[in-house]
Amino acid sequence: MTDKTLTRSDLSEAVYRKVGLSRTESALLVEMIIDEICDAIVRGETVKLSSFATFQVRSKNERIGRNPKTGEEVPITPRRVVTFKASNVLKNHVIEGFRRNAR
Amino acid sequence: MKVHGDVMIKSELVQIIADRNPHLYQRDVENIVNAILDEITETLASGNRVELRGFGAFSIKNRPPREGRNPRTGETVQVEEKWVPFFKTGKELRERLNK
Repeated sequence: MTDKTLTRSDLSEAVYRKVGLSRTESALLVEMIIDEICDAIVRGETVKLSSFATFQVRSKNERIGRNPKTGEEVPITPRRVVTFKASNVLKNHVIEGFRRNAR
Repeated sequence: MKVHGDVMIKSELVQIIADRNPHLYQRDVENIVNAILDEITETLASGNRVELRGFGAFSIKNRPPREGRNPRTGETVQVEEKWVPFFKTGKELRERLNK
């Protein structure tokens, strides 16, 4: 398996290749779409992208944590976290991809 | 336009982006959103990571084969090795959520 990390510019390239917009516009659209997803999450909305995944915001209460180095107890403040649930379509693609490569 | 208050589904995302780009057909925007999601899916399926600053990083976690147990019968079963998609929230998004 190759070792490569995909970034925004690779996504723009894919949009350019598959949809046929200019490179500049592809980059703008990728940015706009990612921003819109982030903004919805920040507003506390669940973002459901069928065949891909669901992003949900959960509120965590305050709890006591421990500094693993010193053993000292420290309060972990209440916070909002994002949970990610992959769709079955995504999960199956990944498992099939890995099985193919393992052979 | 919003059908369910606190949920945004793919078609709503497409509608928002299409409204902001009157020169594009809704159909085009749908293709763009799908091209992005498909590209992320294909990248993960080929064993690579996707890192989107400000949003987060998608990667794969390996779950080694293990002995499981059928909770109803107590019978031991072999659970196959698995690879599962994983998302780590980016720093900026984490900070925006807790401002």
